[in-house]
Amino acid sequence: MQALVIVGHGSHLNPGSSEPAYTHADTIRESGAFDEVREAFWKEEPSFRNVLRTLESDEVYVVPLFISEGYFTEQVIPRELRLDDFDPDDWDSDGTDADHVTLEADDVEKTIHYCGPVGTHDSMSEVIVQRASSVTGREEFGDDFGLAVVGHGTERNENSAKAIYYHADQIREMGVFGEVQAVFMDEDPEVDDVTDFFDTADIVVVPLFVSDGFHTQEDIPEDMGLTDDYRTGYDIPTAVDGHDIWYSGAVGTEPLAADVVLERAADAGAPVGDAVDAVREQTRGANAAAGD
Amino acid sequence: MSVADALVDAADADGIDFDGLTVAAGDDGYQFRTPDTDAVLTAADLREHADSPYVTNWYYWEHDIGGHDTPRRAFLRWLEGGDDRPVPERYDALDSGHTRHWGELAVTVTHGDAAGSRRYDVRHADDVDADTDTLATYTDPRDARELVKHDDDDGYRPLSTAPSLPHGWAFTDLDGGALVDTIDYVYPATVANWHREREGSLDVDHWADVADRQTGIYGIVSDLDEDALEWAAEACCVDSQCLKRREWDRDEDDALDVPRGDGEFPCREPCSLFVAAARKFTTLEREDTREYTFELTPAEKEQIEDIIGAVADDRTDDIREADVYEGANRYRTRFLRAKRMDDHGLSGTPTYPEDHDDDGDDGDHH
Repeated sequence: MQALVIVGHGSHLNPGSSEPAYTHADTIRESGAFDEVREAFWKEEPSFRNVLRTLESDEVYVVPLFISEGYFTEQVIPRELRLDDFDPDDWDSDGTDADHVTLEADDVEKTIHYCGPVGTHDSMSEVIVQRASSVTGREEFGDDFGLAVVGHGTERNENSAKAIYYHADQIREMGVFGEVQAVFMDEDPEVDDVTDFFDTADIVVVPLFVSDGFHTQEDIPEDMGLTDDYRTGYDIPTAVDGHDIWYSGAVGTEPLAADVVLERAADAGAPVGDAVDAVREQTRGANAAAGD
Repeated sequence: MSVADALVDAADADGIDFDGLTVAAGDDGYQFRTPDTDAVLTAADLREHADSPYVTNWYYWEHDIGGHDTPRRAFLRWLEGGDDRPVPERYDALDSGHTRHWGELAVTVTHGDAAGSRRYDVRHADDVDADTDTLATYTDPRDARELVKHDDDDGYRPLSTAPSLPHGWAFTDLDGGALVDTIDYVYPATVANWHREREGSLDVDHWADVADRQTGIYGIVSDLDEDALEWAAEACCVDSQCLKRREWDRDEDDALDVPRGDGEFPCREPCSLFVAAARKFTTLEREDTREYTFELTPAEKEQIEDIIGAVADDRTDDIREADVYEGANRYRTRFLRAKRMDDHGLSGTPTYPEDHDDDGDDGDHH
C-alpha cells in the first residue's frame, strides 16, 4: 500500500488555514492514485508528530504544502516526522531545487519519501497563471495585462524571495503577459507600490501563499489601495492609479494546485498512473468564479 | 466470495480458530466446533453451517475487516467487546445496537444486511437517544472535518479533543473502514495511540524532551519553571479542557501533580496548542512581581475572584443578564469598572508607576 501525506501549517486561530490541504487531498483521493491520503498540520491535528502512525501503508510520500524551502521544510517537518537522517544537503538545492529524499521515520516501520514543497515546483508557475485566468475569466492575456507575483519576503529566509523570483522568471519566459514582476510584503519591491512597476493597463496580482488569511485578505488588499478597510470588501477589478487591479487571493486555493502535490509525489517515484492527467483535466479552469 | 465458499476454502487451507469457532480438515471430514457444537461434517454439511453466528462473525472479521494488528481492527473489535464477549452475546447486543463512547462520541454497532456484517452510527453522545430524523445525517467521513471545526456557538475549535463537540448530527450506515475514518477526522490519531498503549508500545515524549526540541519562537519554552509547568497543565490539560488522558510528565522521573484525566485515549506528548500557550506563559513568567496598593471592599475582592472563575470555567455565557447576584454579571462588572478603574487602570494605580509623571501621561508598555 502507498500513502500520500499533505503537510501544511494550519492555524490555532484561523479555521480556513487548513482548507486548501483538505481540498487538494480530496481531489487526489478521488483520483485513486493512493491507497491512503492524509492531511497533517503543524498547528492542527493530526500533528506531524502523529500522522505517520495513522497510516497502514508502508510506502509514504510526504508533500509539504509550503511555498518555499527553509525553516519548515528543512527543520520543523523532518524533525517532527522523526526523519532523523534527513540532511538538507541531500536535497542539493540552491533554494528552489529541492526534489525528494527517501528516509526512515524513527517511530514507524515505513519508507518515507520526503518531497520538496509545492511552492517551488515548476508546475506552480502554471497554477499562478491558472489563478490569473480564474480571477479574470480570461484564457489569454496579451500585452495589456501585467502579472504581479506577491511573496511575503523575509530577511530571515532568503529562499522565500527566491521562490517568487523563480516563478516570475518562468512566467515571463512563457510570454503570456505583457509584464511580469515579483513584489513583496516585507521587502523591496513592495506590493504597496505595485502600480509603479507596471505600464500595462491591467495588473493581475497573485499572492504566492498557500491559504487565505490575515496577509492575503487584509494586508495586501489594503496595502495596494484596493480598499481602506478590508471588511468593506473591494471590486474585482479595482481601479488604482490609472490601472485595473485584479486581485486573486492565495494561489494555494486554486484547484490546480492539487496537481502540483501529485507531481511532487510522482517525481519521488510514486506510481500514480494517469492520475496526473486526470487531476489536471479536472482542476484546470475548475475555479473560474474565484473572483467572487 | 460467499460465506460458504470462504468457509470451505479456509478449512481446506489452514483451518479456522477464531472467536470460539474451530474448523479443521481431517481424513474423516471437517471437524467443526463451537461452544455449542462438535461435529465431523462433509463439505456439503459444512456449507450448511455458513449461517452460524460463529461463522458469519469469522467471515466479517477475516474478510470484511482484515487488517490484523492494525489499530483499525483493534478499535472495531473493542467497540463490540470482540476480545471479551462470546459471539452469541455480541450478536444479541447488536440486535438492538451496542453503543460505546469515545470522547464525546457515541458509536453504535448494529447488524448489517449481509450475513455477519456490521453497520456503525456515530454522533455526539448527548444525541444518542435522539431520533435520527431530527439530526443532520452524513455518510461521507470527510464531512466530519468541517462539521467539528466549530462548536455549537460557531467558535473555532483548534483542539480536536476539547470537550466542545457540536451537537445535532449523525454519521449513519457506515462500514468499519468509514467509521474509523470518521473517528480519525473527529479525534485525529486517537485510535492509533490508544492501540499503541494497549500493545504496550506507546512512545511518550515528556515535557523536557518536547521543550528541548523546539526551535524558532518556541525555543524559549524550556525556560518554563516547575511551578509554571504545573499551572500550565492545570490550565490546559485537565478533563474540562481536553479529553485526552495526559501520559506525559515533566520527565520520566518527575510526574506532575495535576490529574491526568479519565479519557479513553492517551496524550503522548504536549500538543502544539500547549507549546504555543507555554511560550506565552514563559514570557509572562519572566516578569518580577511588584507591590500595588489599592482599596477594594470585601465584596469587590470576591467579585474579582468570581470574574476570574467565570472566565476560567467558561461560564460567562451562562450568567443571566439580570442576575446581579453573580459577581461576574455584566452589570455588576460594569459597575465595578465605573467605580474602580480609570485611565490608569484598577483604582487609578498605574501598572508602571515609573512611566507616569504627575500630570498622568501614559507610558508605553503595550
